Amino acid sequence: MRHGKYPFIIGFLVVPVALYVVFVVGAYLQTFWLSLTDWSGLGPVPTRLSFDNFVNLWHDDLFWKSLRHNLVLLVLLPIVTIVIALIFAFLLNVGGGSKGGLTRGVWGSKFYRVVFFFPQLLALAIVAVIFGRVFAPDRSGMINGMLPESVPPSLFLADKRWALLCILAVLIWQAVGFYVVLFSAGMGSISQEVYEAAALDGATRITLFFRITVPLLWSTIQVAWVYLGIAAFDAFALVNIMSVDRGGPDGATSVLSMMIYRKTFGESQVGYASALGVVLFFLTLTFAALTLRVTRRDAVEL
Amino acid sequence: MTDIFGTPSELDRRTLLRRAAAAGLLATPAVGMLSACVGGGSSDTQKQSTGTKSADNPLGIDPKAGTEIIIFNGGLGTKYATDVDTPLYNKKWPDSKITYSATEQISTVVQPRINAGNPPDMINNSGSNLMDMGAIVKAGQAQDLTDLFAAPSLDIPGKTVAETLVPGAVEQGTYNGKPYAVNYSYTVYGLWYNAKLFAKNNWTPPTTWADFTALCDKIKAAGVTPFGYAGANASYYMVRAIMTSAAKIGTEQVLKDIDNLKAGAWQTDAVKKAAEAWAQIGAKYTQKAFLGLRHTDVQLQQNQNKVAFYPCGSWLENEQAKDTPPGFEYAVTPIPSVTTSDQLPATAVNAAAGEIYFAAAKGKNPRGGMEYLRTMLSKEAAVGFTKLTKSLTVVAGSAEGLPLSPGLTSAAAMLKKAGKDAFVGYLFDSWYKKMDDESRAAVNELMYQGGTAQKFCDRMQAAADAVAKDSSITKFTRS
Repeated sequence: MRHGKYPFIIGFLVVPVALYVVFVVGAYLQTFWLSLTDWSGLGPVPTRLSFDNFVNLWHDDLFWKSLRHNLVLLVLLPIVTIVIALIFAFLLNVGGGSKGGLTRGVWGSKFYRVVFFFPQLLALAIVAVIFGRVFAPDRSGMINGMLPESVPPSLFLADKRWALLCILAVLIWQAVGFYVVLFSAGMGSISQEVYEAAALDGATRITLFFRITVPLLWSTIQVAWVYLGIAAFDAFALVNIMSVDRGGPDGATSVLSMMIYRKTFGESQVGYASALGVVLFFLTLTFAALTLRVTRRDAVEL
Repeated sequence: MTDIFGTPSELDRRTLLRRAAAAGLLATPAVGMLSACVGGGSSDTQKQSTGTKSADNPLGIDPKAGTEIIIFNGGLGTKYATDVDTPLYNKKWPDSKITYSATEQISTVVQPRINAGNPPDMINNSGSNLMDMGAIVKAGQAQDLTDLFAAPSLDIPGKTVAETLVPGAVEQGTYNGKPYAVNYSYTVYGLWYNAKLFAKNNWTPPTTWADFTALCDKIKAAGVTPFGYAGANASYYMVRAIMTSAAKIGTEQVLKDIDNLKAGAWQTDAVKKAAEAWAQIGAKYTQKAFLGLRHTDVQLQQNQNKVAFYPCGSWLENEQAKDTPPGFEYAVTPIPSVTTSDQLPATAVNAAAGEIYFAAAKGKNPRGGMEYLRTMLSKEAAVGFTKLTKSLTVVAGSAEGLPLSPGLTSAAAMLKKAGKDAFVGYLFDSWYKKMDDESRAAVNELMYQGGTAQKFCDRMQAAADAVAKDSSITKFTRS
């Protein structure tokens, strides 16, 4: 069988690799090249190459502000989402205690599992529009409408201090359902005997969670962390639709992807936007590499 | 077959994870894809159709060559093109086939075609997704329209096209001394209010700032928010109001200096005084929550008589036609004088041409595109446009004698009273998108976030200086 290995593999790979090279690698290389020009997005690309875009980037306040916002999202989005999703998944699968040697979820967990997944079924644009109404700054907003008359309406997205947190809340709301399902699937593959044995030794639910569930789920959590981190680097759709003055007020919700979009389609500075894209590319790469390294704690294989 | 992938341990969980992460990476920066059409738009031009110039054919089009047009499908609709302009064009040139299409996303549809060297001949560059006209001109993609404006008008005998237009119309499509765009619709800006509500309460539109604030006090006492604009996406309406005040204090020269990036242009007394006066309105007579609202929300609140004055252009009435209740009648008044020593009278208004139409320089038939523009600038086409869209056009006097809606009647009357004091206003918003963006944020800070006039001027001056210093931005000048 050995001699047929390579032609067989190559036969499978030719088409996907060709597509990948043209539409992904090619586009990346083009972005790197464009980031060295001052192309406006129209007409022929200037031939003069320089690092001006990167120098300007270094002095651009909005860039640092956007980067900071990306980092805030990068820290908070995975942590909060994973913690909430883990707790829910635990309650759905193990939280009900054990009966007849089988662990089960809290009462009605089958129903909740479906409900948790609902946000995932809504297009992000629709979620953004709906939450735009939820956070509306006057009494027509859902939250402000529920407050008693004596409390002055909160500005939410129009308040520099809270705007980014409002966006973060929506990101979390949308993501939790998916990770509950992912973690549930992971927990399903943890064998019942382990829980049983631990329960026999007198472990409480909290001990079960920290000593059994989390370690055995570690590799899944790691994947979740990387995916959520990547989502935090994006966040474009929500910011574009929900925020005041596209990334405002006054840049308070601006993120790198929003900046790239505005530079490309608003200000006709495709060269500059490409430089931002290059920065974003390296940031994402560094993040993924770091995450995999830092979390290199060998998962318990069963 | 299992050994195709080597031993199973080669693909352990860790490797799988790593690969999954690598695959996930690709989900993020679709940035590379944004520039998918790079490299096109080379400088050589394809073969273009031309004909012989004559008195009947002043632009020298090829009567048999087809012309492709693309229209922005927005607030003005597309009927004016399909039902008025195209039939009129074909009446004169029956053998020149018009290929028509419409889109709501101009830049996404047209920009790739420009870069591929295959643009439509006449393009309506408009809407929120419009292309940066300055960049198009710089890239040599817009046809020089000097011939068009010098050609005789289609149906106004004895006049060139330029002579049939309102003052400033050609100037607004001019980039560094040459005309490249036709700004077709004519918009008058001012403070819009409900004439019926005002009549009922005996409120008269103010002409001085003291009258304005006194009236605002009365309106506030009646439980109505005196003034408001939408900070979330329409703060540039407010930029225009402040700039109009600045021009009234110190003449239009103030705005010209700003457009020309003159040093210290934002720090002049006129700008500062205008910003101060408006900051006071922001602090006392509006609601901070409007910062988070969209233009549709605030306009609806005005229709419900919850907001008295709204700064806007004359498209407002048509835009709100669906939502305007029977007891509501739009009327408009000029922005009141700020000081008693204002150099322009209280009747002065900002009236500007808008809605860009241009002929592509590197299309198959740029001459045909220009001829289509000449057709649009005829009196017959202008009358049809005003009837269909309830908007005025730059063709002077073309709305006279037409039955107009109350709001447009009020706007036309305001324009007439202003006479020679109707001024074009500023152009930096279309020249320098960066300054436009900064002005939107700065005005929100001034009006809704407790900013000061000094801070507003400093911020805008810094933005203007940054643009002036940036060699990658094409500069424009006006006089």
